[in-house]
Amino acid sequence: MAEIILKNVTKSFGQIEVIKGVDLLIKKGEFMVFVGPSGCGKSTMLRLISGLESITTGEMTFDGEVVNNVIPSKRGVAMVFQSYALYPHMNVYNNMAFGMKLAKSGTGDIKQRVEEAAKLLQIEHLLDRLPKQLSGGQRQRVAIGRAIVRDPRVFLFDEPLSNLDAALRVATRLEIAKLHHDMGDVTMIYVTHDQVEAMTLADRICVLRDGYVEQVGTPSELYEKPDSIFVAGFIGSPKMNFLEGEFADAFDCSTLGIRSEHIDFCDENPVWQGEVVHTEDVGSDNYIFVEIGSKEPLIVRSPGRKGSVYGMKVGLKPQDQHLHRFNREGRPIR
Amino acid sequence: MFDFSKELDLEAQRRRAAFYFLAPMIIALFCVAAWPLLRTIYFSFTDTSLTNLYGGEWIGFDNYLQRRELSSGRVIWRGTLVDPAWWNAVWNTVRFSVISVFFETVFGLGIALVLNAEFRGRGWVRAAILIPWAIPTIVSAKMWAWMLNDQFGIINDILVRIGILERGIAWTASIDTAMTAVLIVDIWKTTPFMALLCLAGLQMIPRDIYEAAKIDGVHPLKVFWKITLPLVRPALMVAVIFRMLDALRIFDLIYVLTPNSKATKTMSVISRENLIDFDKFAYGSAQSTLLFAIIAIFVSLYIWLGKVNLSGEGNQ
Repeated sequence: MAEIILKNVTKSFGQIEVIKGVDLLIKKGEFMVFVGPSGCGKSTMLRLISGLESITTGEMTFDGEVVNNVIPSKRGVAMVFQSYALYPHMNVYNNMAFGMKLAKSGTGDIKQRVEEAAKLLQIEHLLDRLPKQLSGGQRQRVAIGRAIVRDPRVFLFDEPLSNLDAALRVATRLEIAKLHHDMGDVTMIYVTHDQVEAMTLADRICVLRDGYVEQVGTPSELYEKPDSIFVAGFIGSPKMNFLEGEFADAFDCSTLGIRSEHIDFCDENPVWQGEVVHTEDVGSDNYIFVEIGSKEPLIVRSPGRKGSVYGMKVGLKPQDQHLHRFNREGRPIR
Repeated sequence: MFDFSKELDLEAQRRRAAFYFLAPMIIALFCVAAWPLLRTIYFSFTDTSLTNLYGGEWIGFDNYLQRRELSSGRVIWRGTLVDPAWWNAVWNTVRFSVISVFFETVFGLGIALVLNAEFRGRGWVRAAILIPWAIPTIVSAKMWAWMLNDQFGIINDILVRIGILERGIAWTASIDTAMTAVLIVDIWKTTPFMALLCLAGLQMIPRDIYEAAKIDGVHPLKVFWKITLPLVRPALMVAVIFRMLDALRIFDLIYVLTPNSKATKTMSVISRENLIDFDKFAYGSAQSTLLFAIIAIFVSLYIWLGKVNLSGEGNQ
C-alpha cells in the first residue's frame, strides 16, 4: 500500500559504512526481494526501512512522507524475523493480539482479526499453545500471523525461511507467494541470501553487494540481462560458466559468460573440446562437467536422463544469442 | 575368547562413572555440612557445655521447651521457644532479610536494566559496580562504622552542613537507627551481586523480542512489565532465594557494625552468643537448629509459592 523511495541512503555503524549510498524505488503493492551474499547489507537495508535502525544520511519516504525520524510503530510496518521473535511466555493468540491490545482496539475487533489471520494461515487450532509447543513451521506461521494482524502498509521479511528444513521451506515459500496475492495491495520486502527464493517470489529483485545496489529488475531481467559479472554469477543455479583468457579473446571480451543450458553438444565444428570429468544427476537433468582447459570445468546441462561417460571426449558449442560478454570492469558489452 | 560376563552395559558404565565423579563432592559435603549439622542437632538435645564437649547427657527437648512445676504448684516454662531474646532475634532477622532483599532486588534489577543497554565503557562499569561486593564484609563494616560515626563520621558531617540534621546521630549505637544503618550497609554491599544475577537473566532474553515489541509499538514501560519481567522472573526468583539464604543467616556485618545492639541482634548473632560467650552450648545449639529449620521452611515455601524450577529443565 506504500510506495517507498530511498534517496542516497547511507548507514554507518561507528567507523564502518555498511550501506554506501542507495537509491531505490519500491512500488506500491510490489514484492521486492533483497538478495546478496552475507555481509552485503541486505538485512541492514530492511532494518532501515523498518525503523529499527536510523539512516545516517539520505532520505527515505513512505508515500511521499519523509520517515527518517519516524519510529517503527508509526511507519505502519510489520516484520517477520528470522528467529520468529515470538513472545515465549504468551500463547499464540496473545502473541498475535499483543500489539493490538496496546493500540486500544476493542476486544471484539481484536478477536475477529486474530481469528481471520489464524484462519488464513490454518493455525486456528493452535491459538492456546505456547510457542515452545509448536514446530518450526507453525512458529513461522504465527510470526506471519502477528504481522498480518497489524494490517501493515509494508510487510518485511528477514530471511524467514532459513530456519526451516528444505521441504517446509518450499511449502512456506508457496504460502508467502499466495499471501502476497491474497493481500494484493500490501508492499512486501523480503530479504534472503538464497537466489532461488528470490527468483521464485519476487516481482522485482534488488541485488546488493558491499553496501551498493548492483542491479534492480525482474527475475527474468536479472537472469537474461545481468548488469555485471557479479549478478550474472549470483543469479541462476548452477552458476554461470565464466571463461577468460584466450577463450574470451575469441569473442572480443575480457570475460565470457554462458549458462549451462545454453551450451549444445556437437560433433561437427565444435567451438570447445574436452573430456568429461564429472556428472551430476539431479533427476530432471544431468549436469556434465567438461574440462576444456579453462580455470574451472565447463558445466553443461544435458536435458532428460541422457548421461555421459566419465573420460569421454565431447565437442561443445555455445548458443550465440545467449552469450554474455563482459569487459575488464565486469560490465556487459552489448 | 572374551569374557562377556564382566562387561557392563553402557547405562551401567555411565552410572558408575557418574558415581565416581560425584563421590568426592558427596564425601566433602558430608564432612563439612551434614556432619556438623547433625552434631549440632544432637547437641541441642543434650546438656553439653563448652568446657565439657563430650560429656553431655541426653535431656530431650528441654533446650527448646521445658515445663517445670514448682512445689508451690506454679508452672514455669523455660527454653528457647519461650525466650523473648530469641523471638526478638527472629523478628530482627526476618525484618532485616525481607527489607534488605526487597531493596536489593529493586535496585539490582534497575542497575541490571541500565547495564544491559549498550553504551561506551560498559565493561568497565560492570567491573566497577562489583567493588562493594568484592570488599570483605569486615572491612566494609568497619569503613561504614567510621563513616556513620556520631562525632567524626562523614555522613553526619554532610547532613549537618547541608542543614538536614542539627547535630550528628549515633547511627550504629542508637536503638532507633541501628537497624537502618545495618540495612544501608547491606544494601550497598549486596546490590551489585543482585544486579549481576539479574543481568545474567536479562541477557538470556533474545534481543529480537524487543525489536518485535518496538515494531508492535509497545510502550517501554509495558515492555518491562509484560515482556522483561515475566521472562526474567525465573532468574530473579533464583537470585532472591540465594540472597534470602544469605540474609537469614547474616552475622558478620551486624557483629562488627552494631555489636550487642538489641535492635539488630539476629538469630546467628544470638546463637553464637549463647554458644561461646555465655557458655550455654546446648542452648545455642538448639537455636542454631531452629535457625536451620526456619531457613529451610522459608526457602521451601518460596519455591513452592513461586514454582521455581531449580532443575534448569524446560526453560525458555
